[in-house]
Amino acid sequence: MNQYPQKIMSESKTETWSLVVTPKSRLFNFNIQEIWRYRDLLFLFLRRDFVTVYKQTILGPLWFIIQPVLTTLIFTVIFGNVARLPTNGLPPILFYLSGIIVWNYFADCVVSTSDAFKKNENIFGKVYFPRVIVPLSTVLSNLVKFGVQFLLFLGFLFYYSFQIKLPPLGYDLLMLPFLVLIAAGLSLGFGMIISSLTTKYRDLSFLISFGIQLAMYATPVIYPLSSAPEKYRIFILANPMSALIDSFRTIFFRTGELNYLALIYSVVCAIVLLFIGLLVFNRTEKTFMDTI
Amino acid sequence: MSDIIIKVENLSKQYRLGVVGTGTISHDLNRWWHKARGNPDPYLKVTGENTQNIQNGNEYVWALKNIDFEVNQGEVVGVIGSNGAGKSTLLKILSQVTAPTTGVFKARGRIASLLEVGTGFHQELTGRENIFLNGAILGMTKSEIKSKLDEIIDFSGVENYIDTPVKRYSSGMKVRLAFAVAAHLEPEILIVDEVLAVGDAAFQRKAIGKIKEVSHGHGRTVLFVSHNMTSITHLCDRGLVLKNGTGVFDGNVNDAISFYLESDSSHHSLAKRTDRRGDGSVQINNIEVYGEVLGKRLKPTTGKDLFFKFHFDRNKKTYLNNIQLDLRIDSHLGAKVVWLSTKLKEDKQYSLNDELTFQIPKGPLNKGKYYGTFQCSHNGIVADEVQNAFHFEVIEGLYYESAQSVPINQSDVLIDFNII
Repeated sequence: MNQYPQKIMSESKTETWSLVVTPKSRLFNFNIQEIWRYRDLLFLFLRRDFVTVYKQTILGPLWFIIQPVLTTLIFTVIFGNVARLPTNGLPPILFYLSGIIVWNYFADCVVSTSDAFKKNENIFGKVYFPRVIVPLSTVLSNLVKFGVQFLLFLGFLFYYSFQIKLPPLGYDLLMLPFLVLIAAGLSLGFGMIISSLTTKYRDLSFLISFGIQLAMYATPVIYPLSSAPEKYRIFILANPMSALIDSFRTIFFRTGELNYLALIYSVVCAIVLLFIGLLVFNRTEKTFMDTI
Repeated sequence: MSDIIIKVENLSKQYRLGVVGTGTISHDLNRWWHKARGNPDPYLKVTGENTQNIQNGNEYVWALKNIDFEVNQGEVVGVIGSNGAGKSTLLKILSQVTAPTTGVFKARGRIASLLEVGTGFHQELTGRENIFLNGAILGMTKSEIKSKLDEIIDFSGVENYIDTPVKRYSSGMKVRLAFAVAAHLEPEILIVDEVLAVGDAAFQRKAIGKIKEVSHGHGRTVLFVSHNMTSITHLCDRGLVLKNGTGVFDGNVNDAISFYLESDSSHHSLAKRTDRRGDGSVQINNIEVYGEVLGKRLKPTTGKDLFFKFHFDRNKKTYLNNIQLDLRIDSHLGAKVVWLSTKLKEDKQYSLNDELTFQIPKGPLNKGKYYGTFQCSHNGIVADEVQNAFHFEVIEGLYYESAQSVPINQSDVLIDFNII
């Protein structure tokens, strides 16, 4: 008599596994709930990245600012004064700085996300947590860095507003967070794809570090998009970062109208890259310990 | 109440031997080609048994093969096996570090794994910051850690250094701090690899005590891997023996340990043992154990003389000068009992033919099973070493004049003493 209900109970219990591990993961397994549970880890990683990078340096976080300032100065001399590339009539420093900080955000995210597996091999090999936390924290910590550099840019903008007449800021300033979000999505997706592939094919990590430098020239960082010859413009716009940098300048300098079509293209690219990125990343995280 | 909390069904894990990374594209393409035509993966069929010594020409090897078991809530299971038996692979799959090749594993509740002490410690961060980071990596939330911070610091015993970067810590301090964090995890299932092998004896005692408290006191399920049979018997009530990637025994922990030690040692002549270490300039081919009288086949007996006769390989005896031979005898639980060495008797000349015998007068071993491990070194370089090279059984005998025996659960070793 007694056994019957017990059997039912144990049977119903077996259905309530909180964890089932099988060789093959579901194709798309993005568990928001689990990531939310590990949100503290996300912020501790974020904090670790900040606290430790500039330990035992004299200038510390000032390096966030020194890097773009020096790059801007070099670009101003080389591309502005020597090569005399057009800057849409803007002060070269403002022009280059605006391009550099947006491009650097993308480039830094991609490069540091791309070795997520390799760099954290010793942690990943010993303990489980949603692996996606690592690229997420990288993108977030670069976002903070971007924030600091953006403040620097605002400082220059403020300074130049006394020198020359800059157009007033319009409503499209509200687009700014979206631009950053798209850049974050693009770099996260792209970085995750690269990081998954590097676990098997290490060649990619060499390719990515100089490839991203070359990619800068295919992006309107050191030249305005409008100065590119008409027949090449479509190729430059094929790079989803182009529209973002161009729009960033448009918002602040009113050098033209926002190209919504190009922006939508960037958004689509970001979504597709993110989707593929998560897909590949999910597949890799299960077995990469055996191949790395 | 015996609720099944972990269920492992037909779990297998395949690894690829050799240099991973060469030829992966061609293998990937081949695999994909088979899949595209609806054929099974060509590389899964290659089934090399996991024997690390024997070359069987297969590029792929099963580190685990068809493992099945269930664990009930509150059980403490010891996973036993020699090196390469698949223990760590099993724990890695259970802690979701890597996925199985085939099979399913199901669990109920949070799993925390302690495959290594101090995972994710950052050298530049202070002890306090690392407690938070390490705790979060192991799955705790910030508020959980905060509520236990004082307890953790207290347990670690590094209060004075808690705001110093971890890179200034001694390795022992690092381990203590890391274990303190891990010990205060509150998962339903705790997976512990050989992490207690580090640290000094006092710390190990503390750590084992803590794990015991966690499992028995709080009803948590623990899976524990160790080579130390003493700590396994202390902690676990159930033993799971793995050999070459397959489960060979599952049951009471003491039975499991005897099964493991028995299957581990061999009666065969040592010449065929492949699990030896050393440069091979000297090799021991055979060991004989005699009780009472050298050369007579009598069982070793408590209180009677005991002989261990080593036969060296004749072909390699050019080196028989300057050799040192050590013999260690372990109890059946793996506890070290005695160590004999030619080094300890240097003043005395011993004949170095192709054989050498240790004599222990008035055998001081209590009845039970013992294991012998020897190491032979030549000019300070290890020439031949075999772990658990042989085992022997000591039968009950007279040691003390009172004819009283020492209970086996009290001591393995007997010693003469006086009452004055």
